[in-house]
Amino acid sequence: MKKKTECVAMLLAGGEGSRLGVLTRKVAKPAIPFGGKYRIIDFPLSNCINSGIETVGVLTQYQPLVLNSYIGSGAPWDLDRIYGGVRILPPYQQKVGTDWYKGTANAIYQNISYIEYYDPEYVLILSGDHIYKMDYSKMIKYHEDRKADCTIAVMGVPMQEAPRFGIMNTNDDNSVYEFEEKPPKPKSNKASMGVYVFNWKDLKKYLIQDEEDPNSSNDFGKNIIPAMLKDGKKLYAYDFEGYWKDVGTIDSLWDANMDILNPNIPLDLDDRSWKIYARNRALPPHFVSASAKIQNSLIADGCEVYGKVYDTVLFSGATVEKGADVSYSVIMPGAVVKSGAVVKYAIVGQDAVVEENATVGASPEEFKNSVDEWGIATVGPEYVVKKGETVKPKEMLEAK
Amino acid sequence: MIGKNVLGIIFCNSQDSVLNELTSVRAVGSVPFGGRYRLVDFALSQLVNSGISKVGLVTKQNFKSLADHVGSGHPWDLARKNGGLSMITPFAIEGATFYKGRIDALNGAMDYLENAKEEYVVLASANVVSSFEIENMVDEHIRSEADITVAYKKGIESSYYLKIADGKLVSAKSATNDAKNGYLEYLVIKRELLMLLVKEASGHNYTDFVTDILNRKAKSLQINCFEVTAYAKIVTTVQEFFEINMDMIDTNIRREVFNLENPVFTKLRDEMPSKYGFNSVVENSLIAEGCTIEGEVKNSIIFRGVKIGKGVRVENCIIMQSCEIGDNTQLDYVIADKNVVFKEGRTLMGCRSFPMVIGKGLTV
Repeated sequence: MKKKTECVAMLLAGGEGSRLGVLTRKVAKPAIPFGGKYRIIDFPLSNCINSGIETVGVLTQYQPLVLNSYIGSGAPWDLDRIYGGVRILPPYQQKVGTDWYKGTANAIYQNISYIEYYDPEYVLILSGDHIYKMDYSKMIKYHEDRKADCTIAVMGVPMQEAPRFGIMNTNDDNSVYEFEEKPPKPKSNKASMGVYVFNWKDLKKYLIQDEEDPNSSNDFGKNIIPAMLKDGKKLYAYDFEGYWKDVGTIDSLWDANMDILNPNIPLDLDDRSWKIYARNRALPPHFVSASAKIQNSLIADGCEVYGKVYDTVLFSGATVEKGADVSYSVIMPGAVVKSGAVVKYAIVGQDAVVEENATVGASPEEFKNSVDEWGIATVGPEYVVKKGETVKPKEMLEAK
Repeated sequence: MIGKNVLGIIFCNSQDSVLNELTSVRAVGSVPFGGRYRLVDFALSQLVNSGISKVGLVTKQNFKSLADHVGSGHPWDLARKNGGLSMITPFAIEGATFYKGRIDALNGAMDYLENAKEEYVVLASANVVSSFEIENMVDEHIRSEADITVAYKKGIESSYYLKIADGKLVSAKSATNDAKNGYLEYLVIKRELLMLLVKEASGHNYTDFVTDILNRKAKSLQINCFEVTAYAKIVTTVQEFFEINMDMIDTNIRREVFNLENPVFTKLRDEMPSKYGFNSVVENSLIAEGCTIEGEVKNSIIFRGVKIGKGVRVENCIIMQSCEIGDNTQLDYVIADKNVVFKEGRTLMGCRSFPMVIGKGLTV
């Protein structure tokens, strides 16, 4: 007798993340380091286990090597379960034809047999590129209580930003009557978070139907949701309150890291009741020398700090040498900022080196027209910024 | 690779009594060390890093904390079908007393030794802080065809000192005028020979491995001495415990002990990185993850999840896991065990030769 699985989570982690440029050349977006010791995918994975969802399929496609070895057996998230647990689901060869995942819906379609094996009541669709803490079990309860066919998590965004999102237009009872992808004149500010609950039997039907349509782009937002609305299915919006950020661009990735340092922003990683788990190397505690000055920063294990670190997130095993000055920056694992170097408003990639007296980035105040001329400077993974060299704001450098 | 033919045994209760408050609640092996470790992590990681995948932990009565720490052995890659980690706990039979010394302890581990297939055994001790490569000692032992090879380190505090001539052991004594070669409490021996020696010694009611086996057999067996040149010290007293912790702040020592090729593994706790406030001042200190620092910390070791309030001054201290230090409190030469709460405005001072130890879970 098989144990009944109520809900299977499908985590879409195949996106290329091209807007993150050099940071995603060799790793998939969900595997990008975040918050000193995490990777982006730690958030949805930890949310799953904290919500009691122990069966998680991770759909990978683009540059999966780092991501696959990072997830491994799933043990860091307690997802190495006898029944269920975490599974990596890459596209695979089939009897008739082999396809890359063409779209979000197609990725799930190609893994119908995985979901069928567990025969769950509900399927939870998640994205691997958002930073947020969410109790999915509450959303499933909400879905259950309303006997909905589909429930979509939404987040109130400022009206002027609504045109950048998929917007749910809802009735008073939060039922959805219309979905608009990036509307120029939005009717509502309820932005879809890319988190959906479906009844599996229904979803399966729609996936098969969608696959048969050669004109479909096989996408949840563009195809599946509109098709369900057209059929008069019961779709509900689920209001999420709390911190949520799509870290799909350099600016938003930098912002989200800075948000952890801001005591007024509700992204608490120290919450014992909702821990974010991560796979970590065995590194000693970080060392702070007598010459170091650290303010309002986050410092992970294995770092060595001899210089000045203000308003910065220093990831595992990073080094800031004596006389170096780092502020408002994201210094990824193993990166080294050498003596006399100045790093401001920058992202320095994994194992990159900023050599002596080099300058990376500048503060927005140094620009008259900061909106156009200024932006975060990015040093790609393993790139070496040579002695005395300057990396301008907005610039992005890639190691050969 | 020496792995498959060597078995490791770690004594986890060596000199429990000398650490007073710190070992009243746990075995020496699970005494917190260096910001995020327990003392047993060194012996465990050394064995694993030299390719050994079967390790027995010999424990006495107070092994709960140790058992919590090691769990299935997963963090040391010792959760295995073949070999892996075993706890060798005292087996209580009516009228039995807790074992008195290592000979007693090994007698209790006789089943484990008999059932093993490995040809060699490394005996290690959980009160040694070192990342020296055991593999070299084992290789040397096998190459020289000695009966026993014991490790020593020049100039360290130890319970025993070795007299050596020509690389061979002449005597091993606890009190000696010649305290040059401290016994490092690690040795290699063939499993069959170990069992024989232990059975014979316990037949004579001997208890102490060094005095009653090594010293007595120094003439009849070939006992080689292996000099450890890497950093190695033994936790013998509270003062030594304090000093060895402080050694880890020294960058050269730290890089030697925690080198990335032979990492020191430990149980993970999923803490966030440490958060520094706007007025934090930290100098010459080791800080583990999950801490919040608003005050001043100098020459100290701060363990995981410690909260340090505003206006606090912590100098020359070892503050263990999840302690809370209230605003404006001043601490100097204090060792605070896990979960100690210092309320606001307290002042506590020990001194270098006598650090003040605050027991686990106390509120000051």
